[in-house]
This record gives sequence, structure tokens and C-alpha cells, in this order.
Amino acid sequence: MSQIGSFALLLALALSAYSFLGGLVALVREQDTSSARLSETARRAGVATFAVVFLAAVVLVVAAFQNDFSIAYIFHHSNRDLPAPYKFATLWSGQEGSLLFWSLLLSAYGLVLRLRYKTDVRLFAYASVIIAAVQVFFLLLLNFAANPFGVMQGSLPADGSGLNPLLQYPEMVIHPPMLYLGYVGFTVPFAFALSALIMRYPGEKWIHITRRWTMVTWGFLTCGIFLGAHWAYSVLGWGGYWGWDPVENASLMPWLTGTAFLHSVMMQEKRGMLKTWNMWLIFATFGLSIFGTFLTRSGVVSSVHAFAQSSIGDWFVAFLALIFATCVFFYVKNRSHLQTEHKLESLVSRESSFLFNNLLLLVACFTVLWGTLFPVLSEWVQGNKVTVGPPFFNRVNIPVALLLLLLTALGPLLAWRRTSLESLKRNFRWPAIGAVGVGLLLVVMGMRPWRDASYFYSLMTIMLSVLVALTVISEFVRGGRVIGRHTGQNLFASIVHLAHRNTRRYGGYIVHFGVIVIMIGFAGSAFNQDKEMEMGFGDKMTIGPYTLVCRSYTQDDNPNYGSEWAVMDVFKGGKQIDTLYPERRFYKASQQTSTMPRVRSTIKEDLYLVYEGLNQDTGRPILKVHLNPLVGWIWVGVWIMIVGTVVALIPNAVPVRVVAPARMHAEPVGAGD
Amino acid sequence: MSSHRIPLLKRMVQAGLLMVAMLVFAGAGDDSARFNDLGHRLMCACGCNQILLECNHVGCSYSDRMRAELVAAVDRGDNDDLTLQSFVQKYGPTVLAAPTKTGFNRVAWIAPYLILVLGLGLVTFIVRAWRSRPLLMPADAPVPVRGAELERFREQARKETEA
Repeated sequence: MSQIGSFALLLALALSAYSFLGGLVALVREQDTSSARLSETARRAGVATFAVVFLAAVVLVVAAFQNDFSIAYIFHHSNRDLPAPYKFATLWSGQEGSLLFWSLLLSAYGLVLRLRYKTDVRLFAYASVIIAAVQVFFLLLLNFAANPFGVMQGSLPADGSGLNPLLQYPEMVIHPPMLYLGYVGFTVPFAFALSALIMRYPGEKWIHITRRWTMVTWGFLTCGIFLGAHWAYSVLGWGGYWGWDPVENASLMPWLTGTAFLHSVMMQEKRGMLKTWNMWLIFATFGLSIFGTFLTRSGVVSSVHAFAQSSIGDWFVAFLALIFATCVFFYVKNRSHLQTEHKLESLVSRESSFLFNNLLLLVACFTVLWGTLFPVLSEWVQGNKVTVGPPFFNRVNIPVALLLLLLTALGPLLAWRRTSLESLKRNFRWPAIGAVGVGLLLVVMGMRPWRDASYFYSLMTIMLSVLVALTVISEFVRGGRVIGRHTGQNLFASIVHLAHRNTRRYGGYIVHFGVIVIMIGFAGSAFNQDKEMEMGFGDKMTIGPYTLVCRSYTQDDNPNYGSEWAVMDVFKGGKQIDTLYPERRFYKASQQTSTMPRVRSTIKEDLYLVYEGLNQDTGRPILKVHLNPLVGWIWVGVWIMIVGTVVALIPNAVPVRVVAPARMHAEPVGAGD
Repeated sequence: MSSHRIPLLKRMVQAGLLMVAMLVFAGAGDDSARFNDLGHRLMCACGCNQILLECNHVGCSYSDRMRAELVAAVDRGDNDDLTLQSFVQKYGPTVLAAPTKTGFNRVAWIAPYLILVLGLGLVTFIVRAWRSRPLLMPADAPVPVRGAELERFREQARKETEA
């Protein structure tokens, strides 16, 4: 098996190297009659790369299912009793396998791109060469630095070491693929952007092509990040979903710059502005994806999520340097191609709101990067490491996030080029009154923002979220009414019609709506409560409106792990509403323990139970209980964001031209995208 | 008009300062709040990378001991600085969950705000530069737009208002 896999990787390297070099020569010697044929063979070699990398991935998965512990990677990340889904997930559960998975996804993206080459043969040929270059890097790594098919030395082990217990959770099967689809996907917009710069591509067609790829990629990364948050919440048992861990930060950075790009690219499409900025934003997004991979795998920063420390960090440093040098070279050479076509006409305009939006997103990105790397910098300068944890990130990023929310509310109300202050006031008045009203209502209901900074931020987050929600709703209703007047449809049908006519704009609003639902979920964390108690039979614990009664505690055993758990009856208002079974597992192969918290989730709050273990003296279980308000909103918000992204990807319907009756007054319908 | 505005502005600034003071000094009261606050400013020293009060590391040999030490310090009435310093002495500087605001560590706090201020300056500069850029139009009377040029303008208008 290992020989087939190793051969497949070598063949893939040869094919991708040909795709890169052959494609490059064909582009350099474009005038030659033979270049078209050479370009076509390079394209086909790129297509074939997918098939061969796919074969290598299949070999690794089959080896996991066949318990082939002669392969060191399978020995270290699987065992005989590992359930089938996790055996499949072995492909991405370790350093070498996940690099193979990365390479597989890159070749799959490359396949789609190369099959769609007729959209624009020359642009796609350039992009194909750039993707092949990136592919060559990963295949070099796989062949010479992190080979997943390395064989065990000495006698063949009877069983494997097993998968890390923290990874044995259903989301292991879906979170890494989503995250990697996001990371790897940014290679495609990067390839198109660099291609457009190299060939001085006329017009903005490449932006249209890139935007769609970027949205898909951004959608995957969003899913990946929040699946990771949900996984952390469900498995790690500390009652939280985001710990500002370096590896979490590594996924957030390209998401922030990608979000900035999705906004600012509209200025280039519509007004021919920010061309240089957009080019560098997409370069930075791709660079940060690679940088995140470097952080995760090099051992530069310590993290519970990181892969084992290895020497491949040097490879990534060299690759990052090469990417940067290439981008700078072509930018300096062709920067005259990126001249802005229009000027900014007013500070109160959609354009300036995008500028400030980009600034805030990049400041947030810088803060995350800075906080992640500061321990390393401190060690260089002071000789000792410091910790940069949640208190730092929360204090610096929460005000930035609040300003972003304010801009999210204002943005849709601003027109391109210029907006009159009168129109802004008119459209902003009722949402602002609504937001202040909700804030006052919360204070009347007992929220005390002056008691603690976290309460203050929480109140501000909710008020600004209401502001955004009301502006988004008013945009839909105003536009729907105008459509309704012209077509005679009811308001709901008119809104659907409206959204279908400009899917990107209204899909974007749905995404914004999802973001504010998530922000409200975050705001709830200011009111988290927790309690810890040793509980015997019939013991009671009260937290918030809930009373927990320990009905029993027991043990169980299966081939993969032994477990201890408690049976906890949950009462509310004197009535039993649920029974929860918080659990602690001991995995036999890896000899490691893991907690499995149990969560009763409602839209108002989560009741989160952690079985912490038995008190050795009394033999009774210790339970920690968290009451986390509004966490469910976060997961609902993510679904809304996904729906919004899908809506934004649907092609626009052709507008039905209806002649308006004479003298019909139409209210202004928003302000464009 | 402006003479009425100044007292109003003054009152708003005073109210703002009062709110900030309330935010800064509020909640510095009871022991459990202090324990909670300090426990969230410390990391568990076991290497799990978690905040002390959030460490649920199964079999963690540090967090229980550290929590007990924190309870003792709060009960003794040690002030925040003294308490945190005693943890730094015992467990090293990485026990603090965020950099201090002294020496080189100040740079950690200043840099993001500095970048924000510089960025705001840069954006303002860009906006001003763009606004003052002369339009590329002939100085004499406007010439009627026809044919391909008119089509180009129509296309531009369509792009800016529709999709």
C-alpha cells in the first residue's frame, strides 16, 4: 500500500511540475504556433494531477480501514477499534495526511478551473500555471518532508496508537474539510488576481470570476470556523466556543481580509476604484492562509490545536517569501495598470463606508496577528515569553467590532457617489429610535451596563444589532413595496422578487442579518454563570431557573473506551424537563481521557453539564454546570449567513420591465449594492 | 446659538466622563467578584492554554492548587497587583493572561490603537486626495455625448444602480 501511495505522490509531483513549467513556457512563447498545444498538454497534466492525488488519498484511507500499521501515519492516528467515520477522517487528522488532503482539495479546485477554461482561455491558462506552482510546493513537501506513506521501522505493531480523544467527535468528519476548503479555496482568487496583474487584464471580468470563487471559499471558511467553535463548545468542556488560541486566530485572519475584499471589490466593479488595494487584499488573504498553516505546523506558537512540531516550518517560510517576492515584483512592474478610474465625490457615500469598513476589518486582522505573534516578539526582545490571551483580544477587538456593526447599519443607507444628509437622517431615524428603545427596555428589565465593562459592551452590541436589523428590514420592505406597486404582488412575493433581481445585494443583507444574530449570541457571554459541586445520589444544585438532581452515576465499557457518567434530572419551575448524561471517557489505545459535556440548548440559554471525574476520597462525581445565555443564537446566525451566501451566489433574474403609470410616485429603493 | 451649545457640550462631556468613571470603578467590590475577575486574568500553568477559571483539564494538577491560592490571596485582602505579582513570582510571566502595561509589553497594547489611528489618518488623506483630484473634463462647454460613449455611460449607470 505504502509503495502505491508513494508512487502516486511522485507521479503527482511530476504532473504538476509539467503543468507549471509547460504552462509557463507556453505563456512566455505565446507567439509560437506550438504554444497552444503545449498549453493544452499542461492543462491536461493539471487535470491528471487531481486523479493521481485522489488515488494517493484513497490509498491512505484504505490503509486506515485495513489497519495497515506498517504505515507510520496510520499507526500514529488510528487503531483497530476506531469507529469507521474516524478511520475515514484519519486522512486529515495528522500532519502528513492533512497536507495530502490540502493537496487533494487544491487539485480539485484546479480541476474545476481547468475544466472551465473556455470562459477565458488566456486568463485561465495563467491561473492554471499559478495553481500548479502552489501544487508543486505542497507535493514537494509531501514527497520530501512530510510523506504520509513512511513505513514503520522494526517489528510490525499489533495495534495503532489511536486517534486523539479530542478529535473523536462527529464534527471531526466535517470541520477540517470545511476549513480546508476555505483555506485552499483562496488560492483560486489569488491565482486570478495575480494572473490579471501579470497579463494586464483589461476590464473587470476577472473580478466577476474571482468574486464568485471568493464567496464560495469565504462561505466554506465561515462554516469551518463556526463548526470549530461548535466543536470546541461541545467537546472541550470549558463552556466556551472561542479561546483566541493561535490556531483559531490563524483561521480568523484570512476570513477578515477575505471579508474586506468581498466588500471593497464592489468599488472596483462599479466605480473602477481601489484596484491596487483589492489586489493586495487578495494577495494578503492567500498569504494569511499559508501563514496560518505555517503557524499550525511549525511549532512557532504553542497551541492545543497545533500539529506536532516539525521542520516543515522552514519550507513554509521560504514559500511565503517566494509568494511575497512574486507579488511585489509583478506589482512594481505592472502597477500602472491599476490606476483608479474615478474619484471619490463625498465623504457621505457608499465608497467611503467601504473604506472605513476595510480599515476596521484590517485593524481587527492586525490585532489578531499582533496578539498571536507578540509572545514570539517578546521572547526576542525581552528574552521571556508572555501570554496574549482572551483579555487582550477582547479588550482591543470588541470596540472595533462595535464600530463595524455601526457601519453595517449605516452602509445600506448610503448611495454610491454621494448621499444627502437629509436622506440619511430620514432613513436612519426609525431604526435608531428602535435601537435606543430596545436599549432602554433592557435597562428597565434589569441590565446594568454601568456595573461592568462587559455588560456595557453587551448592551451596545444588542442595540447596534437591532439597529442593523431594522435598517436591513427597512431596505427589504421599502424595495418590496416599490416592486409591489409595479407588479401588484403582495409584500412577501415582492421581497422575494426584489431579492431575486439583485441576489448579491439582498443575499449580502441576509448575511449581515446572520452576523447580528451571532453578535447577539456573543453578547450573552457577559452573563454566563457556572457552579461546581460534588454530587451524590439525590443531591441538588440550583443554577439560574434550573435545579439539577443527581439520580445516579455509573460506568460502562466498549472496545474503544471506558466511560463514567452521571444521570442528572433537570427541573425548572418544579417540573422535570429533561435528563442529561455528562460523561468522561478513557480511550484505551491512546491512554487518554476526555470529557463529553451535555448541553440542553434553548433559544434563551444553554444548560451545560461537565462530568469532571470522581472524587477519589468520597467516590462521588464532581460536576461543573454552566448557564450560558443566548449561545443558541450563534448557531442560528451561522445558518442565516450560509443562506445569505447561497442567495448571493444565485444569478440575478432578468428584471421585468413594467411601464409605470404616469405620475406614480416611487420611494427611493436603497442605494445599489 | 453657539453660546447655548457650549454648556450642552460641557454637560455631555461631564456625563461621558462620569460613565467612564462608573465603568472603571464599578464592580470592584465583593470577594467573589474579585476572585472571578482575577481568575480570568490568569492562565492555568499546566500548559493547557486556558484561563485559570476555565481550565477543566481532566486530572489537572495545577488549576485546583492555583484556585486555592487565589482564594487565599483574596481572603487575605491582598490588592490586585500584589496578588498577580505573587503568581508571576511563582509561575513565571506567562501566568498572566494578557501583557502588563509596563516596559516593552506596553507595545502590545499601543500597536493596535496606533494602527487604527494611522489607518484613520490614511483613509482621511485618501478621501481628501480623491475629492480634490480634478475631473478629467474639457474646460469649455460640455459636448453632447453620443454613440459608443453614450452606451458606455449607460453601462456605467446600469452597473452603479442595478447589479
